[in-house]
Amino acid sequence: MAYSEKLIDHYTHPKNVGTLDKSKNNVGTGLVGAPECGDVMRLQIEVDEATGVISDAKFKTFGCGSAIASSSLATEWLKGKTVDQALTIDNMDIVEELNLPPVKIHCSVLAEDAIKAAINDYRVKNGMPALELEEKKH
Amino acid sequence: MELKLPIYLDNNATTPCDPRVVDAMLPYFTEKFGNAASRNHSFGWTAEEAVDYAREQVAKLIGADPKEIIFTSGATEADNLAIKGVFEMYASRGNHIITCTTEHKAVLDTCKHIEKLGGQVTYLPVASDGLIDLNELEKAITDKTILIAIMYGNNEIGVIQPIREISKIARKHGVLFFTDGTQAVGKVPVDVNADGIDLMAFSAHKMYGPKGVGALYVRRKSPRVKVTAQMDGGGHERGMRSGTMNVPGIVGFGKACEICMNEMEAEGQRLSKMRDRLEAGLMQLEEAYVNGNREHRLPHVANISFKYVEGEGLMMGFNKNIALSSGSACTSASLEPSYVLKALGLGDDLAHSSLRFGLGRFTTDEQIDYTIKAISETVLKLREMSPLWEMFKEGIDLNSIEWAHH
Repeated sequence: MAYSEKLIDHYTHPKNVGTLDKSKNNVGTGLVGAPECGDVMRLQIEVDEATGVISDAKFKTFGCGSAIASSSLATEWLKGKTVDQALTIDNMDIVEELNLPPVKIHCSVLAEDAIKAAINDYRVKNGMPALELEEKKH
Repeated sequence: MELKLPIYLDNNATTPCDPRVVDAMLPYFTEKFGNAASRNHSFGWTAEEAVDYAREQVAKLIGADPKEIIFTSGATEADNLAIKGVFEMYASRGNHIITCTTEHKAVLDTCKHIEKLGGQVTYLPVASDGLIDLNELEKAITDKTILIAIMYGNNEIGVIQPIREISKIARKHGVLFFTDGTQAVGKVPVDVNADGIDLMAFSAHKMYGPKGVGALYVRRKSPRVKVTAQMDGGGHERGMRSGTMNVPGIVGFGKACEICMNEMEAEGQRLSKMRDRLEAGLMQLEEAYVNGNREHRLPHVANISFKYVEGEGLMMGFNKNIALSSGSACTSASLEPSYVLKALGLGDDLAHSSLRFGLGRFTTDEQIDYTIKAISETVLKLREMSPLWEMFKEGIDLNSIEWAHH
């Protein structure tokens, strides 16, 4: 399977690998996937409470190259967006940007799920109701 | 010796042709192009002579009589011919076949087909080291059992089944014993008489011969075994496999067998030494596990799981320079992790994290050193970005987490 240069670059030089302090109120953590399925993504956002802008984003991913690249790209896109803007990130944007082959589309879905899970964690921590998330097919 | 990249460590998938094999084959494409079945002119005689000679070379490698060798298009066809052929030929005696869950798909899917035809198939489980339980095998035999189909050496983990014990049980109960010898023949000593094998499938391209040619060994004496042809036509191969002989392929197969026979002992030692070094090097990593029995196995195969990293992601770190296989779902067409590793009782997570190394005739020590280094670096790098590794290091039991299955 030939992967795009962008995908390989994200795999080789992943952006924003790391861990944020999940005990902080302005940090939202999303953990999605399962070890048995071969991919687990943990995506975290840190929100500037004054502006509502995502000031930092980190990920750690267990998975194939496409899963690693999808989460790396997601963290890049998250930084500088408001939480509401972040909700508009669609998995198909990731598919397009990384030119994911059809069998790897589920990696982008997982990344979108991770973003939403992180946002929901942040919302609940800050007294907002969790958003109802539509189930995407993996 | 200078390091040559890329490194090929997928010799269980296929091997390159040995240049000596290619040299032997070349004349049979051009000046000696005759049809081995043309009985009335010199072109045909030349081709027939070449096939006869190759048949002797192939038979000799496995201690068989040349008349017991049926040339096929490869091991898959030979597996099909053995199982379907016995099922049809011995239908009056029974319809039950015993095999095991770690067989190659060519055997398992053929058995599935037999079930559709009304046959009964028992799929024996294997222990965590990949070996079958001989008591269970014997207990599975009924008065309807006509065939035991258990592979010699496994293609994914290299485990060698207790062939002689299996054949003793088969003999005792008057059941035929078929083995898929594809990974073992040419790599370890296989003797159809000492091993008590009645039928055996094997292939040229796993032993430095060409693709598209293989053989089925069919015992002629005590007992005399017969199979119903699955390919009808001109009655080639004593009626058991019609179709014009692949003369260049067969000549190459013969030469490949001859080379394996002459070099097996020294080569087996060289490979197992190199394999052990590879394993020792990689086992320096934390949370690395060798899959399958380490004593009873082929000399050139290693299967290792690197916990908390995923196999395809791992391979992407070095696959420009190293070619090998993974049991990860992402690398298979079915998107399921390796059924062989799962049959050993490995969790899906460990199956996803496995790499299969198939060393070969052209593997060098320098390549092994490079491989140990490249894989170790990639494992460490990926663990740094693995949330599972972080949890493991924090002492969190991954089984205690409620994962969202998708």
